[in-house]
Amino acid sequence: MSGNIPETGRNTRITIRLVILQILVVSLLLTLGGRLWFLQIRNGQQYDQKAANNHIQQVVTSAVRGQILDDRGVPLADNETKLVVSASRTDLLKQADDGTAVLTRLAGVLGMKPEEVTDKVRLCDAETPKPCWNGSPYQPIPITDSATTQQALQIMERREDFPGVTAEPTAVRRYAAPFKSNAAQVLGYLGPVTDDEVSASEKTDTPLLRSDQIGRSGLESVYDKQMRGTAGVTRYEVDNLGRVIGKAGDTPARPGSNLVTSIDARVQAVTEKELNDAMVAARKTFDTVSHENYKADSGAAVVMDNRTGQIIAMASLPTYDPNEWVGGISSKAYNQLIDKKSDYPLLNRAIQGQSAPGSTFKVVSTSAAINAGYTADGNYPCTSSMTVGGTTFKNFENESFGDISLGRALEVSCDTVFYGIAYQEWLKDGGLNAKHPKDWFFKTAHQFGLGAKTGVDLPGEVTGRVPDRKWASDYNDMMQGYWCRTAAAHKNDPKKSFDVQNSIEKCADHNVIRAGDSINYSIGQGDTLVTPVQMARAYAALANGGTLYQPTIGKAVVSADGKTVAPIKPKVTGKLPDTKTTLKYIDKALAGVVTEGTADWKFGGWPQDKIPLHAKTGTAEVSGKQTTSWFDTYTKDYTIVMTISQGGTGSGASGEAVRRIYEAMYGIKKDTATIDPKKGIMPKPVTGLPKISADGVATAASYTVPSADDLVVPTPTGPHTADGTAQVLAALAPGRPEKLLLGRRYWS
Amino acid sequence: MSASGYTTIRRYTPEKSALGKIFARDSIVRRMDWLLLFAALLLCGIGTLLVYSATRHRTGLTHGDQYYFLLRHLMNAGIGAGLGIGAVVIGHRRMRDVVPFYYALAILGILAVLSPLGSTVNGAHSWIVIGGGFSLQPSEFVKVAIILGMAVVLSARVDAGDREHPDHRTVLQSLGLAALPIAIIMMMPDLGSVMVLGAIILGVLLASGASNRWVFGLIASGILGALLVWQLGILDKYQIDRFAAFANPALDPSGVGYNTSQARIAIGSGGLLGKGLFHGSQTTGQFVPEQQTDFVFSVAGEELGFVGAAFIILLIGVILWRGCAIARGATDLYGTIVAAGIVAWFAFQAFENIGMTLGIMPVAGIPLPFVSYGGSSMFANCVAIGLLQSVKMQRPMSA
Repeated sequence: MSGNIPETGRNTRITIRLVILQILVVSLLLTLGGRLWFLQIRNGQQYDQKAANNHIQQVVTSAVRGQILDDRGVPLADNETKLVVSASRTDLLKQADDGTAVLTRLAGVLGMKPEEVTDKVRLCDAETPKPCWNGSPYQPIPITDSATTQQALQIMERREDFPGVTAEPTAVRRYAAPFKSNAAQVLGYLGPVTDDEVSASEKTDTPLLRSDQIGRSGLESVYDKQMRGTAGVTRYEVDNLGRVIGKAGDTPARPGSNLVTSIDARVQAVTEKELNDAMVAARKTFDTVSHENYKADSGAAVVMDNRTGQIIAMASLPTYDPNEWVGGISSKAYNQLIDKKSDYPLLNRAIQGQSAPGSTFKVVSTSAAINAGYTADGNYPCTSSMTVGGTTFKNFENESFGDISLGRALEVSCDTVFYGIAYQEWLKDGGLNAKHPKDWFFKTAHQFGLGAKTGVDLPGEVTGRVPDRKWASDYNDMMQGYWCRTAAAHKNDPKKSFDVQNSIEKCADHNVIRAGDSINYSIGQGDTLVTPVQMARAYAALANGGTLYQPTIGKAVVSADGKTVAPIKPKVTGKLPDTKTTLKYIDKALAGVVTEGTADWKFGGWPQDKIPLHAKTGTAEVSGKQTTSWFDTYTKDYTIVMTISQGGTGSGASGEAVRRIYEAMYGIKKDTATIDPKKGIMPKPVTGLPKISADGVATAASYTVPSADDLVVPTPTGPHTADGTAQVLAALAPGRPEKLLLGRRYWS
Repeated sequence: MSASGYTTIRRYTPEKSALGKIFARDSIVRRMDWLLLFAALLLCGIGTLLVYSATRHRTGLTHGDQYYFLLRHLMNAGIGAGLGIGAVVIGHRRMRDVVPFYYALAILGILAVLSPLGSTVNGAHSWIVIGGGFSLQPSEFVKVAIILGMAVVLSARVDAGDREHPDHRTVLQSLGLAALPIAIIMMMPDLGSVMVLGAIILGVLLASGASNRWVFGLIASGILGALLVWQLGILDKYQIDRFAAFANPALDPSGVGYNTSQARIAIGSGGLLGKGLFHGSQTTGQFVPEQQTDFVFSVAGEELGFVGAAFIILLIGVILWRGCAIARGATDLYGTIVAAGIVAWFAFQAFENIGMTLGIMPVAGIPLPFVSYGGSSMFANCVAIGLLQSVKMQRPMSA
C-alpha cells in the first residue's frame, strides 16, 4: 500500500496530520511568546507604574506651619497644641464589627453621639453626605481637635479598649491677637484645599493633602509656600487587603519658615483702637448736609515707615476674628462674614477700599502746577467761586482768602486756586479739541503712584483710578449708547432733568475731557479713586525726599530653626516728579496745615519744634452718600493715613485719632508737648530683625511690655448703620456710572 | 581476524556487568528520551519555587506554615514520579489490557464528584476532598483514560493490519467512549476540563488518520456546541462573565476581571529580568488570587521577568517537541495516538493557562502542567510523561 510503513505504524496521511499538529503547537507557543513580549517589554513600564500604585500607600504628616511674627518677634499667628483624637480606618476594619463598638465607646468618652463619630470616619463618595472623610483611607481620621486632657488620658490609658484610636497633641493655627490687636485682613486665614490644588501639587516637592489648609487671604496666602513647610511622607507597602506588609520609605516633615513682618503689634492695636474710636465718635456727630449723624460705616488706617515703605500697622474696619476660620469655618459664620449687613469685614479697606481722595490730592495738583511753570509763591486768587461756561464751581463753604500762594492754598485747602490753574492748563492743552496735550495733572498723578497697584505683599489690591484721557475715552465709549438713548427719549421734555441735560451734552460730543472734568479733578473729586495704601506711599515719598517704595509687610523669612534668614528688602518703584525745592516747599505748607491750616484746631500744643508734623485734610463728596474723610500725615519717620467712609471732614473725623497714634508711638503725653521717648512704643523706627531660637521662640533685645496705660484695648464693634444699608467703600467698581457731575457743588 | 583476538575482546566486553546492562544498546537508559525527562523535571523545580513564592505569605491558606504548599508540592511531585516510573515499567502496551478497568475507574471517580462526596472549589464542582489538606480532581485522570481508551479502539484494526485507517464505526465508537465522561464533567460543570478534553479528542483523531470529515466535523460541532450552550443559557452567569472578562475586565471587576487585570499587572511589571524571586510586589501583596494554582504563571512573569517566563514556555515547547517526535517515531498507531493525544493535551492546557494570565484567553480553571500546585494534575502529568517514555522505548511488535 502506498505510504504504509508497517514498522512505524504510520502512513502519509498520519505523517501530514502529525506535521499539522506540530505546526499548531508551535504557533500556539509563538502566540504566547509574542503576547508575553508585548506585556513585559513593550508595555512593561506602564504595568510597573500600576503595580507600584497597587501596593504603595502614603501616609502624610503635615508640617508645622511657620509663625507670623511682628517686628519684635511677637507672634501674630502661631500654632497652639490641641489634643486631636483620630481613628485609623485600617485598624478599625480589622476588628470583628468593623470598629463599631470602639467608636461607640469613643463617642461616650468624648461626649458625642455615636452617629457623629461614625459619620466622621466614613469615606466620602458620590452618595455619602457630609460629614465624611475625603482624605486617604490610610490616614488617621481626626474626630475632634478639642479633646480635654482627661479625655485623652482616658483613651490612651485604656488602649486595649480603643484599638486604632489615638489622642495626640497636634499643632493648630492660632491668631494670638497680642495686645488685643486684630489685623485680621492683614494676616488672612487658612482654608481647605480644593481638589484641583491637590492634583496640581502632586508632582511638586510640596504635595498637599486633601485635609490640608492653605493660606486663603492676607499674609497667610502670599507667604503660604514659605510658611507651609514640607509634609512628611511615610510610604508603606500594603497587600491586597490594605494590610501593611512593610515600610518603603520615610521622609520626615520639615516645618515651615517663620515670617517676620514690619507690623508692630502694639502700634497695630493702638491704630485699630483709634480708628474705631474715631468712627464711634463720628457716629455721634451731626452732618448738616444730610441732616443726620455720620454713618461712619467703614474705615481704614495705614502706618508706614517713610524710609522703607514698610507697613507698621494696617487697620480696616469692620473686621472679624480670624480664629473663626481655624479648623474650617462653619457655613453660618461664613455667611455672616459675606452678608451685606455685616458690611463685608473680609475686605481689607486699606488696599481694597477706594474712594475719591478729596483735597489730600492737592499735593499732586501743587506739584503738577509747579512743574507746569506756575510759581509757587505767585499770587493766585482764592475766590469764593469760579464760573466756567455758565457753571459755577464753589470754594469750600464759599470761603475766600484773596490772592494767595500755592503753599497757602494747601494750608487752607483753597479749591478755587486749583480750579483756576486746572482750567488754564485745560485751555492750553487745547480744550475740547486737544491735539498734543501736556496733561500735567494726569501725568503727575501717575508719577505719585496713583491709578496703579502699589505691589504691597497682600492679595487682592485694587488699582484705584486716574481719570485721564485714556480712561475717559474708554468710559465714554462705554456710556455713549446710554447717553444718546436718554437724550433721544427725553428730547422734547419741557423741563429736562440734570441727567437728561448731561446726556444730551455728552451724546453730542462725548469723547473729550471737559473743562468741568479738569476742574473737579484738580481737587481730588470727579472720577479719581485712590486707596489708603496708595496715599500712604505718596505721602511717605513726600517725607523721604521723593522715593516711592513698594509697600511691604513681610520683612524676612526665617527658617524654623532660626538659622537661615532671607530678608525681604525694600524695593524702590518710582520717584516723585518734584525737585528738592518743590518738596521742601510742599513740606513746609503741609506743616502749616497743622500749625495754621485746616488741621490746626486738632493739634493745639503739639510739639511741632521737636516732632514736626505734616498733614493734609480731605473731605471727599460721594454721590448719594455722606462725605469720606481723609487725613494724610507724616513726620520724618512715619506716615499715617486714615480714612473713614461717611465720616465727615478729614480733620474732624480723624485728627484726634491720628494724633493719639503719634503720641503713643513717640511717647508724647496726651494733648501736650511733653515727650518721654521711654514711654513711646516706637520712638524710632525698628531696625534689624528679632532673633529666633531653634525652638521657634522669638526674642527681641529691647522688648519691653508697655504698661496697660499705653495700650487701651480696642473693641472692634463693627460699625453698622441702623437701617442695614451701609455703603461699602470698596464696592465702587471701576466704571460704575456714579459720576460726580458737572455743575454740582463740590467741597474740600 | 584471529580467534584469540576475538576472545580477548569478548573477555573485556562490559555487557555482563550491571552497569553494562544499564548502558546496553537497547537498555532503558539508552532508549529513554532524556531531554523530555529533563524538561519535565526542570518545570517541576521551577514550579516548586513559584508555588512557594506565591504562598509563603498567604497565612490564610498555609495556616501559618510558610512551607505548607512547598512541601506538599514536592510530595505531589514525588508521588507523580513514582506513578510515572510505574507507567514506564508497565508500558503503554501492557496497559492496553487494563484500559477498560482504568476507564471504568475514572468514570466512577467523576461520578463520585457529582455524588455528595464531591466538593465545590472556586465555583467548580469537581473535587473530592480527602482530608488533611488533600483533595482529588478525578477529571485529571479522565484525560489519560480518554487518550488510552480512544487509542485502543482506533488503533486495534489498523495495527492488526486489517485497515489502513480507522473506519467510521470505529471512530464513532471512540467518540462514544469520550462522550460519556465529557457529559458527566459538563454537569459539574467544569468547563475548563471539557475544553481540554475537546483538544485531546482533536489531537487523537488527527493522529489516528480518521478521515478529514471527522476532523472538521468535530471542529464544527465544537463551535456549534459552544454557540448552543451560549444561546440556550446552559451556562451560569458567572461562567459567561468569566468567559468575557478576559477581554474586558470591567465586565466583572471584582471577580475574574480583577483577577485578570491583577495578573496582567504582575506580569507586565516584571519587565525583562523580573523583580527577583520572592521580590514581586504583586505576589508578596497577594494581589492575584489563585496564584499558586491557575495563575502561577503570573509569579514567573513578575519575579523572573520575560527571560524566566519565556524559559518556561520554552521548556513546555521542549516537552511538546519531544512528544511530537515520539509520535512520529512510534512503531504502531497505538503509540502514535497516545503520544499525539498527550501533545494535544499539554499544548492546549499550557496555551489556555498561560493565555488566560496574559489576557488572550478566557479564564478557565486549568492548571499549568508541572508548574501549578495540585496533586491530581501533577499525577496525571507524570503518568503522561511515563507513557511518552514508554512509547519512545517500544520496539516494533513485528521485530
